Amino acid sequence: MTTQAKPSKLIKGATGDFEIVIGMEIHAQVTSRSKLFSGASTEFGGEPNAHVSLVDAAMPGMLPVINQECVAQAVRTGLGLEAQINLRSVFDRKNYFYPDLPQGYQISQYKSPIVGEGIVAVDVSPTEQIKVGIERLHLEQDAGKSLHDQSATESLVDLNRSGVALMEIVSKPDMRSSDEARAYVTKLRTILRYIGSCDGNMEQGSLRADVNVSVRRPGEPLGTRCEIKNVNSIRFIGQAIEVEARRQIGVIEDGGVVQQETRLFDPGRGETRSMRSKEEAHDYRYFPDPDLLPLEFDQAYVDALKAGLPELPDAKKERFITEYGLPAYDAGVLVADKETADYYEAAVRHGGATRDPKLVANWLTGDVAAYANSVGLSVAQTHIKPGQIASLVDLIADATISGKIAKDVLAILIGDEKDADPKDIVAARGLQQVTDTGAIAAAVDAIIKANPDKVAQAQAKPSMLGWFVGQVMKQTGGKANPQAVNDELKAKLGI
Amino acid sequence: MTTLTDLTLAEARDALLRKDFSAVELAKAQLAEIEQARALNAFITETPAKALAMAEASDARIARGEAGPLEGVPLGVKDLYCTEGVATTAASHILEGFKPAYESTVSANLWRDGAVMLGKLNLDEFAMGSSNETSYFGPVVSPWRRQGSDTKIVPGGSSGGSAAAVAARLCFGATATDTGGSIRQPAAFTGTVGIKPTYGRCSRWGIVAFASSLDQAGPIARTVRDAAILMRSMAGHDPKDTTSVDAPVPDYEAALSRGVKGMKIGIPKEYRIQGVPAEIDALWEQGVAWLKDAGATIVDISLPHTRYALPAYYIVAPAEASSNLARYDGVRYGLRVPGKDIVGMYEETRAAGFGKEVRRRIMIGAYVLSAGYYDAYYVRAQKIRTLIKQDFDRAYADGVDAILTPATPSAAFGFGEKGSGDPVEMYLNDVFTVTVNMAGLPGLAVPAGTSSEGLPLGLQLIGRPFDEETLFALASVIEKAAPKIAPPPKWWAPPVGFADTLP
Repeated sequence: MTTQAKPSKLIKGATGDFEIVIGMEIHAQVTSRSKLFSGASTEFGGEPNAHVSLVDAAMPGMLPVINQECVAQAVRTGLGLEAQINLRSVFDRKNYFYPDLPQGYQISQYKSPIVGEGIVAVDVSPTEQIKVGIERLHLEQDAGKSLHDQSATESLVDLNRSGVALMEIVSKPDMRSSDEARAYVTKLRTILRYIGSCDGNMEQGSLRADVNVSVRRPGEPLGTRCEIKNVNSIRFIGQAIEVEARRQIGVIEDGGVVQQETRLFDPGRGETRSMRSKEEAHDYRYFPDPDLLPLEFDQAYVDALKAGLPELPDAKKERFITEYGLPAYDAGVLVADKETADYYEAAVRHGGATRDPKLVANWLTGDVAAYANSVGLSVAQTHIKPGQIASLVDLIADATISGKIAKDVLAILIGDEKDADPKDIVAARGLQQVTDTGAIAAAVDAIIKANPDKVAQAQAKPSMLGWFVGQVMKQTGGKANPQAVNDELKAKLGI
Repeated sequence: MTTLTDLTLAEARDALLRKDFSAVELAKAQLAEIEQARALNAFITETPAKALAMAEASDARIARGEAGPLEGVPLGVKDLYCTEGVATTAASHILEGFKPAYESTVSANLWRDGAVMLGKLNLDEFAMGSSNETSYFGPVVSPWRRQGSDTKIVPGGSSGGSAAAVAARLCFGATATDTGGSIRQPAAFTGTVGIKPTYGRCSRWGIVAFASSLDQAGPIARTVRDAAILMRSMAGHDPKDTTSVDAPVPDYEAALSRGVKGMKIGIPKEYRIQGVPAEIDALWEQGVAWLKDAGATIVDISLPHTRYALPAYYIVAPAEASSNLARYDGVRYGLRVPGKDIVGMYEETRAAGFGKEVRRRIMIGAYVLSAGYYDAYYVRAQKIRTLIKQDFDRAYADGVDAILTPATPSAAFGFGEKGSGDPVEMYLNDVFTVTVNMAGLPGLAVPAGTSSEGLPLGLQLIGRPFDEETLFALASVIEKAAPKIAPPPKWWAPPVGFADTLP
C-alpha cells in the first residue's frame, strides 16, 4: 500500500486533506447452465423454488458434486485477470444459520482459492490509467432469498438462487477515489463479459460489490476500514464511497475513532448505516468440506482454456491502436463493450473495403453512441447496422455529402428509414454535395453582388468570411461542398 | 416356517433359485418373526406391504429366469439410509414425518439386485452412540442375555438394530454404517459378521451424514459368506458421491476360499490395553493361533499413534457432525417448534429435536471449530489422523497383509451400565475400531468365541485399502476354526398360540 494518491484525488476535511483507500470484493455470478454443486438450472426468474434440486434444498444425505463448467469459468476469469491459477484448491464450509442457507453452511474457498494474485489495468480518464491488484478469486455458492412480503405472519424462502455459483473477486486496497473504484468495476465487468464468465448484470444481481473504505491523512498508515455490503450499481458504488469517506472524516475530525464494522448504503437517504460491528461478526467456523475432494487439475487443462480465450479488452485496445491508428482513448471506449468493438471492426471492413478507421471511430463514439445512450442501449444493440455506418462514412469520404449532411442522414436512419442504405437516402432526397464549381461560383457571385457593404467589411476583417459561407450554404440548401465554397469566396473577395 | 428364517442368506438365495420356496413365503416367514420380536425394538418402521410386493416381483423375476444376485432375499435397512416413500428418521425426533422422495444409492443397489425390504432398523440417534441407547425411539434390546440372567443387554451401536435383527433372525442381513465402529462393535456384541469397507468403497449418497470423512456403509450378516454377498451388491462407484472410488468391485464371495497360507498378519502391540479383560486377550491369542494353523505368518507390529486416535476422533467426528446437522433447522422438513423469531425457532426446534448425546457432540464440534480453537483442536486432530494413516502405511509397506485385533474391549454390557455418568466411558468402546475409520481402511468383525457370561466376542481384521477380499478370506478361516455359537434362545417370542390372540 505504498500507492499514494495524487493531490488531485485527496478530499478536503475541515482540518486538512484526506486520502480514501478502497478495496473491493465483487461477487460475480458464474455463467453456467447449472449450479455449482447440483444439476438444477441457474435460469433467472421463474416461479419461486422451481429450480431447486435435492442438494440445493439440503435434503438429508445429499452430496455436492462440482460443476466442471464453473471451474473452467473461474480459471478463464483468472487468466483474464492475469492471475496465478492454483492447480490445487480446497472447498471449505462457512457455517452460519439463516433460512435461505439450507445446508447451514455455504460451500466456499477459504484458505486455498482457485485463483491467486493478478492485476487489472483501469483507465480512469483519457489521460490516466491505474493498476489494481487482485488478491484472489474463489468459487462459492450463492444463498437463496427470503421473501418477507408474501404473508403477514411468515417469511417464505425461494431457493432458486441457492447453490448458484459465484466468483468472489477480491481486489487489493489499490483505489484512491470513487472514480477509480467505478472505473475498476466497469473494467472488471468488461473483462467478465469478454470471457463470458458472468453477464455482469447488476440489476439482476449477477454482479454485486462489497466495498471496503477507509480514510487517512496522506502519508499515514491505513485507517480502520468499514465494509459496505452488497452495493448493486456502479453509480451507487461511487455514491457510497463518497458518503462513507465523508462520514469517516467527520468521525476523525470530531476526535472520534472509526469502528471496524459492516455497513449498508441507503441510496434514498444518501447515507451508510451500521449493520453489525466487529464484535457482532459471525464466527464462521470454516473447515475443509469433507464431502468434496480438493479441486485439482493440471497445467495442460489451464493451457487449453487459455488457448480458447477470446481476445481480451487490453489486447484488443492495443491492436486497435496499432492496426487502426486510433488514439488510446478512442480505442478504450470502443473495446469497453465487446459487441461494440466487433461492430466497429465490422463497419471498418464492411463489404471487403477498408475505410478511414478514425472516421468510423468518431461516428461510433460520437453521434451513434449519443443516440444509443439516449435509448439505453449499446451501439451494437441499436438497429443501426455496421454496413449502414460504413456506407455513411464512405459517402463522406468520397465527398458525396458533408459531415453536416451526414448527421441529417443519421437522423433519417434513426427515424423514418431504419433499414435504408444511407446511399439510397442521399440519392432519393438529393442530398449530394454540390461540388460543381460553376454552380458554387454563381451562388457566390450572387451573394457578393447583393451585399456590397458586407464585402467591404470582410475585406477589412477576414473573419467575416463565415457569414458569406453561411449565406452560400443557405442558398444551396446546405449541399455545397464547404471547402469549395471557401476557396471560391476567398478568391472572389481577395482575402 | 421358522426354519426358513434360520437359513443363511446364501442358503436362502440358492433355495429361492431352486424354487424350494417362494420369495413371498420367505418374506411372510420373516415378517412373522419380526412381529413376534417387537420386544427387541429392532425396527423403527416395518414395511410388510412393501416387502410382500417386492417379494412378488422377485418371484416373477425368478420365474422368468431374470433373478438378480439377491433375488427374494429379505433385508433390513438401518434407518440412516433414505428410502423412497418410507419414513427415514436417523432415530431422531428432529426428522419426524420426513419421507424422502429418493432412495440411497446403496439401498437402491440392493433392490436392483432383487433384495426385499422388510423395514427400517433402529440405531443410535444420528449414529452417535455405542449402545443404541440414544435412539429417540427407545433402545434396541440385544437378543443375547448373560447366562442365567434376564438383564437387558445392549446390542452395541450405532447399528444396534441391524445387529440385533440379524442375530435374532429377523432378517438375513442388514445395511449398517460405521463412523468409528458402528458396524464392527455391534456385530461383535451380537455374534454377527460386520464389515466397514474402505472409505470410498460404498456411496454415501442418500445416507444421513454424521461425519462425512469417516462415514462408510457396510453390511451386517450372520456369516462371512453372507457379508461378502451383500458387500458385492452394496459397493461401487457413484458419480453422485465424489468421495466414492471408481474401482471394479470384485467377487468377494469367491475370495472366501482363497486360503491364507503365506499371508503376513500383523499384531499391533499398542492394542494391548490395560484394564481389558483377560478373556479378550485370550480370544486374540486364539485368533492368532487359528491363523497360524491355517498357514499365515504372524508378526508383531507397532502402530505408535494408536493412543491418540480416540481423542482425535472425538474432535474430527463432532466437528463434521456439528456442520452436517446444521441443516436440521425446522425450515424445510422434519420437526418445527415455533419460536418468537427465527433464532427462537432454531433454538426451540433443535433443543426439542436433538437428544442429549447429539447436542453434546454438536457443541463439542462447534467449539473445536471456533476461532481461536481451530488450530489447537481441529488442525492438530487432522495431523494425528495423518500420523495414524502413516502407521498403517508403514506396516503394509513392510509386507503385512492384514492386522488382527480384538473388535471390542469387552463383551456387551447391560442397559445403563456405561456412560451414564461419564460419556468417555462409552466412547472407550470404540478404542479398537476408530483408528480404522481415521485411516479410511477396511475393517471386519467376525465372531470368535463367547465371554465367561456366554455373550459373543469378536475379532477385528484390518486390511489394506480396497483389499476387502483378504479380510473375507481371513474371516472365513476364523469362522471355520471358531467354536460354533448357538443362536440366542428366542426369549422374546410370545408363548405359542399367543400370536393368534392378537387383534
